[in-house]
Amino acid sequence: MSALRNGESAESAEAADTGLAADDADDGRGSSGPLVELADVEFGYTATPVVEDISLRIDPGEYVAIVGPNGSGKSTLMKLILGLLRPDEGSARLFGEPSHAFDDGARIGYVAQHASASKEMPITVREVVKMGRFPHVGFGRLSAEDHRIVDEALATVGMSDFANRRVTKLSGGQRQRAFIARALAGEADLLVLDEPTVGVDAESVDAFYDLLEALNEEGITILLIEHDLGAVTDHARRVVCLNREVYFDGPTDEFVESDALARAFGTAASFAGGSGGGRT
Amino acid sequence: MPVELFAVLQAGPLDAVLAPFYWFLALWSDLLFAVGDATGLGFLDYRFMHRAILVGLCIGVMAPLIGTFLVHRQLALIGDALAHTAFAGVAVGLFLNGVFSLGVSPYLTAVVVAVIAALLIELISEATDAYNDVSMAIVLSTGFALGTVLISLNAGGLAVGINQYLFGNLSTVSAENAAILLVLFAVIVGTVALTRNQLLYVTFDETAAAVSGISVTWYNRVMVMLTALVVVGAMQIMGVILVAAMLVVPVAGAAQVSQSFSESLLVSVVLAELAVLLGIGASYYGEATAGGVIVLFAVGIYVVAVAIGKVQARAGEDATPELGSIDAAETRSNSD
Repeated sequence: MSALRNGESAESAEAADTGLAADDADDGRGSSGPLVELADVEFGYTATPVVEDISLRIDPGEYVAIVGPNGSGKSTLMKLILGLLRPDEGSARLFGEPSHAFDDGARIGYVAQHASASKEMPITVREVVKMGRFPHVGFGRLSAEDHRIVDEALATVGMSDFANRRVTKLSGGQRQRAFIARALAGEADLLVLDEPTVGVDAESVDAFYDLLEALNEEGITILLIEHDLGAVTDHARRVVCLNREVYFDGPTDEFVESDALARAFGTAASFAGGSGGGRT
Repeated sequence: MPVELFAVLQAGPLDAVLAPFYWFLALWSDLLFAVGDATGLGFLDYRFMHRAILVGLCIGVMAPLIGTFLVHRQLALIGDALAHTAFAGVAVGLFLNGVFSLGVSPYLTAVVVAVIAALLIELISEATDAYNDVSMAIVLSTGFALGTVLISLNAGGLAVGINQYLFGNLSTVSAENAAILLVLFAVIVGTVALTRNQLLYVTFDETAAAVSGISVTWYNRVMVMLTALVVVGAMQIMGVILVAAMLVVPVAGAAQVSQSFSESLLVSVVLAELAVLLGIGASYYGEATAGGVIVLFAVGIYVVAVAIGKVQARAGEDATPELGSIDAAETRSNSD
């Protein structure tokens, strides 16, 4: 029996392992329904919608990848799911609550494309990973248990020796590992990752996807936004192919056989080489 | 007797609030008299210097404390903008006192006006989705323009006293103003101590902070209001024009030599205190304006910090730790 997390979270991990729905492990913090539910969502920064007609439901325990070419609205969709943006039309719900009003950060782990954080601030890797515990402690101090979880997360991403390094002096890939560790330290029910492996070396990318798979097996729901089609088809159980609207939503095997990819990406795309979309 | 009666009439609820702080000031003064006797430092023979040193020490803690959260978000100039609106607040106070013969401390009106301006800047940035230097420049010049107009309307004796607000003055730190500063100090340090996790998260990574359930808008508002309080508090010694330097220069110096965030906070406070104490001492003996001398010391310390940072970086290049592998198995073994 494997359970990464302890206490209340371990229950849901075990529940998933024994084939029970996560409903039974409900600890009272939220409903047992879908984690993410979008209904006829439309959104645009200007009058032209960036995404439209999006309906999407993600249940506990799923491993979903959202793929699409550059400018297809992947990151916008993620922001709508997380409640960072509000839909112009339709509704977005997170853990059963309207996404923008949802504020139990302890249930969501988030790894952004590494552009989002401050580039110059003096802060160590450990201090960044500790932020993953902030939703759990609120105004309080981190306990010994919190520090143990932080150390574990650092070890998991192979960054223990870098714990006291200043983040600004790391390579892009190392920094990204720190952010992944921060998300792990949050012990969330839902991990949302926006192109998490950009800048990470190829060997570590494989190890990283193995890690995601291991977490998913323990009952953590994973939502991955990816450019790298090879990684997606190798690992995710379900693919949502996006280009302004949903071109495909279903099991990964069916996605590989379908023509959704060609329709969404244009003819040039393929699974070969593991990077169909052409990274910028 | 009429003088005492007047004093009682003047004493409102404010004095009741400030009473413990007056008591603390007296205690502090006794301490510095003793230090002065023991060390033979001449400037410790004056009560106004005791108050100035206390105010300086408080500034040395609260300015870099708040400045750290501003500088790392590229908001270094917000302090300058708020200082200029605080100047308008001072002018409002002087104007009210002149026209209605009130006995309000101009620093209190400065607090009110600066906090309103801070919220205004924040609301503008929320509406336009960015802190833009244009809106900050507009608020800054509006504040200063309002200040100069009010002062000129009220000309005569007032224009003479305005220098102390523009450039700061050690000798005009009254007991009341020192007590007001202690209140501001307590509010600022208390708020940062309570919300340090949230402020750190919002400063480092706004998006991730928002996802983690922190109300970024709300903490941004808290931050600008605290900045307004710091600016008004520090204005007594530093003056409107130089107050922003204390928010920025020690923090920039600390960022050069620190690895961690907590270390940078501590170092910035130490650097600021060093500049304040050296500056006050030098300005007393050199008979120069304290604000300017303090800032020059702070900049000198910053230059030294940059040099030390370069040396540190060169020394640290040799030692590169081993990067471990991302290990899915680790998660499993750790849980048993």
